[in-house]
Amino acid sequence: MERVMMKGNEALAEGAIRAGCRFFFGYPITPQNEIPEYMARRMPEVNGVFLQAESEVSAINMIYGAGGAGGRALTSSSSPGISLKQEGISYLAGAQVPCVIVNVARGGPGLGGLGPSQSDYFQATKGGGHGDYHLIVYAPGTAQEMVDLIGLAFDKAEEYRNPVMILSDAIMGQMMEPVVLPEMREVTADQPWATTGKKGRAKPNVINSLGIVGEDLERINIELQEKYKKIVDNEIRYEADGIDDADLIVVAYGTTSRVARSALNMLRAEGKKVGLLRPITLWPFPKPILSELAAEGKRFLVVEMSVGQLVEDVILAVNDRAKVDFFGKLNGSVPTVREVYNEINALLQKGGA
Amino acid sequence: MTYEIICAGFGGQGVMLIGELLAYGGMLEGKNVTWFPSYGPEMRGGTANCSVVISDQPVGSPIVSEPDGLIAMNGPSLEKFKATVKPGGAIVYNASMIETASEMPGLKMLPVPSNEIASELGNNKVANMVALGAFIGLTKVITLSSAVKALEHVLPARHHKLIPLNVAALEKGLALVK
Repeated sequence: MERVMMKGNEALAEGAIRAGCRFFFGYPITPQNEIPEYMARRMPEVNGVFLQAESEVSAINMIYGAGGAGGRALTSSSSPGISLKQEGISYLAGAQVPCVIVNVARGGPGLGGLGPSQSDYFQATKGGGHGDYHLIVYAPGTAQEMVDLIGLAFDKAEEYRNPVMILSDAIMGQMMEPVVLPEMREVTADQPWATTGKKGRAKPNVINSLGIVGEDLERINIELQEKYKKIVDNEIRYEADGIDDADLIVVAYGTTSRVARSALNMLRAEGKKVGLLRPITLWPFPKPILSELAAEGKRFLVVEMSVGQLVEDVILAVNDRAKVDFFGKLNGSVPTVREVYNEINALLQKGGA
Repeated sequence: MTYEIICAGFGGQGVMLIGELLAYGGMLEGKNVTWFPSYGPEMRGGTANCSVVISDQPVGSPIVSEPDGLIAMNGPSLEKFKATVKPGGAIVYNASMIETASEMPGLKMLPVPSNEIASELGNNKVANMVALGAFIGLTKVITLSSAVKALEHVLPARHHKLIPLNVAALEKGLALVK
């Protein structure tokens, strides 16, 4: 298979097209601009639609239209732009419209900076918009995973009729790595629920998030929760590296998992028993494996580019059965390999206390 | 084996390109590689740098903070990064823009009059290729032929007529290493 060097953002865009995405709506913001730039060039070649909307709010509602008609629709933005999309995302979740939303995250709050950040974890995994809903959230760790997970994201969005988010960051988006691209897939927009005209059907297909009559809303929410349970039971993904004999396990995703891996390689070369647990789905969260590892007496260090968001899910999963430490960086800066190495060494020296 | 590199210089000196060639060349040799640019609200004429990792193993951090090798195309870049190079590491610096550089104990340092050599070849834009050629000669991190093959992939087709000039610059740089 031929390997080509691609930036994470471009790999994601090409991966989307090869997975059958034919609708892209977005609005410019750094550090995700390579995605719309790539789409602007590439979509006309595959008879797809690239449209730069007048705002993020407009773009997410175009997704509602294209996704509701059964098309594979994508929007991408970065943190402040994703905040603007939240109302639309809640509607998409309520109306069960399949689509994919990419957040190439940067530092916040507010306009923040251009540096990479993981401080949108809560927003991505705990709702973000109003109501009891969940997105499936994938966190790619390589340019290859950008390609693989965006394809999977479209499949899962359709399978569950649920919006899927790819939570990336400025480093993952700007870094270039070799990727192997899959063949172009033919997909159909012909979904039984899609609003493509009544045709021979007795009743029109309606896509709506309104549940104002009687007990409609309760029924809708029960249905949604049943779906989320199915997702939790079937869709958890993670990578475990060297955890079997590890005394200490680092939990990190995306960019920080890469930094942690370098530090862990150095420590293992010194004979230290350390491992890595990298969540690939941030929701559903890999709670069962963490729970198991906690019961085996492992201890954990969570490394994040935030003041501590992922760490809350780790603490919940571990449920007081194991010690959980935290190392975070703020202001859009990235922990160095040396910093993570020193942090782990210090914890190992302190022992289990 | 994992080899980590920083390429740095003024914006416009082509440091991103030589980083890409190292990464692409490494990939063509079957290695795992990453290339990561410094980016942000940078000014024209400011400094630019990129991190390259070439490894037999899956690459961890794409951001290099303790490089095995440094290519510094101007004074500020050498000053900024020279103390971060690992013991036993290598520095190739552009002697056309850096008059004197103090020796760094434990490091191989190679001054390369890149701009002069490039001018002799008739195009001072290939100064970066002279430095890259010297770096490849000094460190053997990739082969010259991989770098040459990488040029065909990395340069857009409209610039392919410049490949012979770039190859000549790489060879001149390489020839500086005995």
